[in-house]
Amino acid sequence: MTASGYLTTFREMLKDTRFSIGAAIFLVLFVLIGLTLLSPFDPNDWQVVPRDLPPSWEHPLGTNSLGQDVFWRMTFAVRNSLLFAAAAAALSRIIAVTVGLVSGYAGGVVDRVLMFVTDGILVIPLFLVLVLLSMLVREYMNAFNLVALFGLVSWPWGAHLIRSEILSLREREFTYTSILSGVPARRLVFGEYVPFILPLVFSTFINNMAWVVGMEITLAYLGLTNLLVPTLGAMINWAVTYQAMLLGLWWWLLAPILISVATFVALYLISVGITQYLDPRARIQRIGAK
Amino acid sequence: MTFLKRYLIPRLVQYFLVIWLGITVVFIIPRLLPTDPVEQMVDMMQMRGNVIDPAATEQTIRTMREMYGLEDGILDQYLGFWQRLFRFDFGPSMYAFPTPVVDLIAVALPWTVGLLATTLVLSWVFGNLLGGLAGYFTRSRVLKAIDGVVMCVRPLPYYIVAMLLIIFFVYLLGLFPLGGGYSVGGRVTFTWRFIVDVLRHAFLPALSLVILGAAVNHQTMRLLVQNVKEDDYVRYAKLGNVSERTIFARYVMRNASLPQITALAMSFGLVFDGALITEIVFSYPGMGYLLFRSLSFSDYNLIMGITSLSIVGIATGILLIDLLYPLLDPRIRLK
Repeated sequence: MTASGYLTTFREMLKDTRFSIGAAIFLVLFVLIGLTLLSPFDPNDWQVVPRDLPPSWEHPLGTNSLGQDVFWRMTFAVRNSLLFAAAAAALSRIIAVTVGLVSGYAGGVVDRVLMFVTDGILVIPLFLVLVLLSMLVREYMNAFNLVALFGLVSWPWGAHLIRSEILSLREREFTYTSILSGVPARRLVFGEYVPFILPLVFSTFINNMAWVVGMEITLAYLGLTNLLVPTLGAMINWAVTYQAMLLGLWWWLLAPILISVATFVALYLISVGITQYLDPRARIQRIGAK
Repeated sequence: MTFLKRYLIPRLVQYFLVIWLGITVVFIIPRLLPTDPVEQMVDMMQMRGNVIDPAATEQTIRTMREMYGLEDGILDQYLGFWQRLFRFDFGPSMYAFPTPVVDLIAVALPWTVGLLATTLVLSWVFGNLLGGLAGYFTRSRVLKAIDGVVMCVRPLPYYIVAMLLIIFFVYLLGLFPLGGGYSVGGRVTFTWRFIVDVLRHAFLPALSLVILGAAVNHQTMRLLVQNVKEDDYVRYAKLGNVSERTIFARYVMRNASLPQITALAMSFGLVFDGALITEIVFSYPGMGYLLFRSLSFSDYNLIMGITSLSIVGIATGILLIDLLYPLLDPRIRLK
């Protein structure tokens, strides 16, 4: 597909209310991320503004007990959380695509072994494994390791879906045509199959991002991440640690929670939009031919 | 007999293989990492203010290594790991030294199982019922409104829903206690007052799990029913003047809910994770909260114990759900 082709697809998808709402929220998040460049404060500095102020014109989301401006700190948190999520999701998609392609195309023993491992990991309580891992590497926990950790454990579901897709592609006419006319397997897989699975990769990428943002918040709440890096999880952790609610500083806790809600809803709506667009039955329903 | 061969035996083989894989992963992970759990534990003991002279520290490290068989070769270690697992021997906990890990888990386990089982059943029933109605009666405004709400709730992680419930029900409305399994100073007795107290404390954690679980079920069930509704037998029943209610309740719902049983098995691990996280937010005295309390002590034994038992527990839960399936689906039973 050409660039203009992608643009047409995007416009077509914007007709779906859910997708356009998701895209609109994302636009707001991107504006927030862009604002980090204009931030008057360093997100890690303490006592730069008066403490515990409720929201006002000067401080749109108030200030916290550490003397930080909640709004500006939140812009950094949104940026970092989404950045980590995108990086981890990219890593796990690379693994998922590789495993899915190999497993689906090779079949036989390779397929059975890979799928056994994939299904096995799906059953393991990942939360506990992540807690165990991050507790053991607590001293080494930085942004890079966190991303690697999330990326390395979250690929199985995507691999499973991609494999099923490849299995169905393998039965299509064009596969037989290519094989019989002597197209090398590598070209068949990368040239013909990959375009088919790209939308699937993209929608699972979005879902994976949502999972990573959520898991980061959970691990941060447990104090297992580096809390000095402003992320959504770290912001919630600080607010909970300082008993923001009991002290009546609701804006401190509610701001990161509401922006996380917006992030999750946006990611979900976008992924639903993509899935709907890919499913011809749903597309027909939308046009109205029932 | 063919049922046994075709369904039960492969399923049991899979069950043991999955447990083997899970436990092996848990065994390998700490051995691949640069940190040494034993040294971490000793560091932690020293940090808590106990001044131990260097010779004694050496002695402790050596004893612990011996106790866990860390002096042996990797294969012996692996076999020893399984042996201790079969004896439920996970060593003493650091968090409540020297109480054995298994005793702590035994106290916490019923809370988690109770919470998980109740919410799993409730969210499956509510989610599927509402989702089925929404899929069958597509014109209803009320059901569409519920759809919209589900759309916004579904993507939220357990943690966020729990926090939102706490903010609204505890801080703003003051209807429920902030956390815990029962009131401070209460004793576990089987009196009416205690039961009410427990239910009051369990309400919000259960609510957050049910909301999320039901949302997931609602959405898949809606799609399933929309597909089943177009099937020939439904059209035939309609032509035969069978009432809509009968079609919905006895034909459509029964057929559409079969895949939902498999979905329940598939999502069991995630739901389990969710229950642990929810317990932590509400300080609910189950395994999740135990895990949380033990983290600041770097309680390696306890985490290993909880993780190993959870793997066995989850695999068993999935097996049970899968074994229920043929009871409900005559096609598999009769084949």
